[in-house]
Amino acid sequence: MHPILTRPERLALYLGAWAVVGILIAGVLSRQGLTFPESLVLVLPLFLAYSFVCLSAWYVCRAVPLRSSGLVRVLIACATSSVIAGGLWLGLAYAWIAVFDSMPGLAEMAARDRQQIPILFAAAVLLFLLALAVTYLGLAFEEAREAEQRQYELQAHARNAELRALRAQLDPHFLYNCLNSIAALTSADAGGARRMCVLLAEFLRSTLHAGALSRIPLGDELALADRFLAIEQVRFGDRLQVTRHIDQSSLAARVPPLFLQPLVENAVTHGIAEVLDGGTITVDVNRRGDRLAIAIENPCDPDALTPMRHGTGMTNVRQRLHAMFGPAATMSAHAHSGRFRVDLTLPFSSDD
Amino acid sequence: MTNAHDSSLPLRVAIVDDEALARSVLREYLTAIPDVEVIAECANGFEAVKVVAELKPDLLLLDVQMPKLDGFEVLDLVGRDVAVIFVTAFDQYALRAFEVHAVDYLLKPFSADRLGDALGRARERLSKGERLPGDALSKAARPANTRASRVLVRDGSRVHVLPVAKIAYVQAQDDYAAFFCEGKEYLKEQTLTDVESSLDPAKFVRIHRSYVLNLDWLARVELDERENRIAVLTDGRRLPVSRAGYTRLAELL
Repeated sequence: MHPILTRPERLALYLGAWAVVGILIAGVLSRQGLTFPESLVLVLPLFLAYSFVCLSAWYVCRAVPLRSSGLVRVLIACATSSVIAGGLWLGLAYAWIAVFDSMPGLAEMAARDRQQIPILFAAAVLLFLLALAVTYLGLAFEEAREAEQRQYELQAHARNAELRALRAQLDPHFLYNCLNSIAALTSADAGGARRMCVLLAEFLRSTLHAGALSRIPLGDELALADRFLAIEQVRFGDRLQVTRHIDQSSLAARVPPLFLQPLVENAVTHGIAEVLDGGTITVDVNRRGDRLAIAIENPCDPDALTPMRHGTGMTNVRQRLHAMFGPAATMSAHAHSGRFRVDLTLPFSSDD
Repeated sequence: MTNAHDSSLPLRVAIVDDEALARSVLREYLTAIPDVEVIAECANGFEAVKVVAELKPDLLLLDVQMPKLDGFEVLDLVGRDVAVIFVTAFDQYALRAFEVHAVDYLLKPFSADRLGDALGRARERLSKGERLPGDALSKAARPANTRASRVLVRDGSRVHVLPVAKIAYVQAQDDYAAFFCEGKEYLKEQTLTDVESSLDPAKFVRIHRSYVLNLDWLARVELDERENRIAVLTDGRRLPVSRAGYTRLAELL
């Protein structure tokens, strides 16, 4: 929908501006053989009607954007559309003057009006070109503002991610449960307790490190998720199995840090932990040309009171992917017969 | 806990936690404490209910976050028969735990001494033979200000999970509430007023002193020969509607 037509106050402003233009043109015309009231009667309704024709400039500018179309194309589009607009104007002008013809006593004025048509036609074409120029300017301005907004969102999400990284690192329940596992292992399996301490330290260190970067290689992100899963496997024992299918050519991809971590954490805390016998979490990573496809699947309780897809972790990942890749990244989640699956696709880029 | 516990007998304890390591640390601590016997270890809430019914332990050491049935739901089902100490990594349930008169609330990881104190408290409580208020248990089985989406009923060592949408009506029977669900009747020790407050008031109406009705199951209301209002259910069953009950019903329809 045209931005001027969607808001009554904008339309009023627009028509007001055209009325001023009409009055100015009538003023000029009143020195060319017409009186001022006569000019006004001729010009004002004509140009107010024509103002709606000029609204179409917006559609032309949208169809032929300055940024992505060549100069020749833009010029051709402008020339063609202004000729068509001028043609429409001519139609309007002859129709309006014909109205005067039909009124008794105005035929003489109509004849004088007709003499003014060439100069008015020139004005109409110029006005349409002006409308095109103003629209292009407005669109460019809007685009710049949107870019600024996107940049701002990106920063906000990056900051959010940092906070989240810190939170994941300091998630008290994860830590308390780890410490409890270590406490349990110390007497029965000292080696296991030591391994758990090392895993936990590595996980905390890599989380802190990754959280401070803007992008990391996918391989590092997967290693981080692996450490998390290894720690949870100590806690859950046989209830947590992990299967990975990792396309080695995808490991160099640059990705936002800790974007898989919340999904893997979800798969454990809202999936495995809610199912009596646990099950297998699968992590699939595929590269198809310049696209990455990642899928994380886990068993879930179909009768769970809070369905998995509503977690804050999911929202966070979605927002960050959107902030970094825009519509080039997609994310979808499905629960089907006791399995929950998140699918991500994003552009593959290996350089910064 | 209908009878006071004889303090000369060992304390019979069941451990309920879905993590094997968490169970093992409890077992290890308990072996060092005199006059304590671990009679069972349960990996989930269903096993816990079965153990309470069949082995009648004095005390449950109960995790809160478990699959299918959480610790509070287990307590709702068995809390009248056994003392409970909650054992969890989450401190946000502490308030609810004391509302349901849990003996104690241990935060993982904890020391053997801390567990010893909690057991002492349990022995003291058991020797007095206090009976827990059932309504408090049911209320705390769900988070504050939420409506139940399912009702848990214990039948000996079994647990029935009734989705509220399938409950046609609830009838007061002495100290019990009888839930009518898919043609069967399930008894739970709970007052009808408490049942009413746990269910969605837009769906469930107290139509009579002794009945709460699920509106989805109501076919029509008619008058009998003595001018009493009768609610006819979709399966043809007929329930009495009191004057006040009819007013409440009319407000919703």
